[in-house]
Amino acid sequence: MKPPPPTPEEMMTVTAARELRDGQVCLVGVGPPNAAANLARRLHAPHCVLVYESGAIDAKPLRLPLSIGDDDLAATADELVSVPEMFSYWIGAGRIDVGFLGAAQIDRFGNINTTVIGPYDHPKVRLPGAGGAPEIAAAAREVIVMLRHSPRALVERLDFVTSVGQGTPEAPRSALGFTGAGPVAVITDLGIMRPGSDGELELTAVYEGIALDDVRQATGWELRIAEQLETPAPPTELELQTLRDLRATVPVA
Amino acid sequence: MSLAEPRTRASLMPLSDAIAAHVHDGDAIALEGFTHLIPFAAGHEIIRQNRCDLTLIRMTPDIIYDQMIGMGRAARLVFSYGGNPGVGSLHRFRDAVENGWPRPLEVVEHSHAGMASAYSAGAARLPFGLLRGYAGTDLAERNPQVAFVECPFTGESLTAVRALNPDVALIHAQHADQRGNVMLWGLCGVQKEAVLAADRAIVTVEEIVPALEPRPHAVVLPSWTITAVCVVPGGTAPSYAAGYSVRDNDFYSEWDAISRDRDRFVEWMGANVLAEVGTTAGKTPARTAS
Repeated sequence: MKPPPPTPEEMMTVTAARELRDGQVCLVGVGPPNAAANLARRLHAPHCVLVYESGAIDAKPLRLPLSIGDDDLAATADELVSVPEMFSYWIGAGRIDVGFLGAAQIDRFGNINTTVIGPYDHPKVRLPGAGGAPEIAAAAREVIVMLRHSPRALVERLDFVTSVGQGTPEAPRSALGFTGAGPVAVITDLGIMRPGSDGELELTAVYEGIALDDVRQATGWELRIAEQLETPAPPTELELQTLRDLRATVPVA
Repeated sequence: MSLAEPRTRASLMPLSDAIAAHVHDGDAIALEGFTHLIPFAAGHEIIRQNRCDLTLIRMTPDIIYDQMIGMGRAARLVFSYGGNPGVGSLHRFRDAVENGWPRPLEVVEHSHAGMASAYSAGAARLPFGLLRGYAGTDLAERNPQVAFVECPFTGESLTAVRALNPDVALIHAQHADQRGNVMLWGLCGVQKEAVLAADRAIVTVEEIVPALEPRPHAVVLPSWTITAVCVVPGGTAPSYAAGYSVRDNDFYSEWDAISRDRDRFVEWMGANVLAEVGTTAGKTPARTAS
């Protein structure tokens, strides 16, 4: 029997996993990035070094961890460090190649909000907050962001800037003295966006079966479309099966 | 005669006595443990002893602060990530910020890097920690504990975060010896910094051992840096203690439903935390049938 076709969420995870190259040092954020990074390590990037901000360096979890501090991460890591050491010697010092982050809101320059929806003093929704993201976004050599495509998530104007992407034309990233390049890809459940030369995100790929208009509708700003729009290959049976096996190892909320 | 009074070593005592003696209304307290070794039993004892108007300091508030906030014990929260990792929101934290229930909660928020630096400075008894951070974000202007300074050598703009020096640090560790020296291992978070930054430190431990055996990745805190050691086996559940337990991920998922509704939360706390008056057991909270 043929397995069920990939869901949009699975398409996003597989596509994000393909962005990681073998041997890169990857800082794994909580949520969707965790699934993507662990998938990559099981497929084409077995030597990818997974770093968790909880202090685990080169963790090789057997199960998909629910939190970034599960016992499996510590038990399989090459090295465990304290949180202050993690953020100073490892993240802050620029030893991360790829920062793999989630986001609640993102704008056209890849800036991220994970703090509040609505005004800060009287938020409509109080989100978890910064965690490690601001300094990962600043210091990792590259950043990959994953989030579901919706006009409420991809917005014209962020309610709060938690982590800097490419900055804004008035206050560009380059003026902030960051060591890292910022977001190089934003992977959603509809396609891939990458920054153009001025830092603004443009749609560079749309998944098979997704209409361009659907992507425009789901974006809260007038989305730039690349001249050469790609169609990523659908997940292979191996990719899909590996992801589903991985997902089966975490408790369902 | 020497002006330096001899240091006091940790006293071995029941957790309820340690909280009664060393945690006061209005204190700034830090219950640390980054996912691993979260001192749940100590937090529950503070709730049972009705300590109020607390400033709660913790990088990742987690379920323990969700419970303390929901029970109205906190006036202020100093934190850097207020979510239920891998699950979603901390609903009691959200309700306090969004609706002021059961009382308004002042928030002072950092990034992880900033807060780790603030604890490190506190441990070193320096006035501020230094990092490259917060630049270009809205966090700096919302947090008066963050400022930008110029490097005296290169002129580079760097970020200063005011040191954190809690009145009390509370942590959980695997081992203590009879003299009150403490050892923890596995993911060790920011516990060493929190203890050394605080005026007083209370440590719950899995057990007292004849001697601390060397282990990889162990952190040892000498007895004279600690105020009280309390034996509370399982005192970290539903978090975990490497070598003793595993993280109760099912409970972290179940907490989402328990905490979403005010009445259900209050009822759960009554049955599972308040009902344990007079005990210092740090049992896994009773699980709802599912």
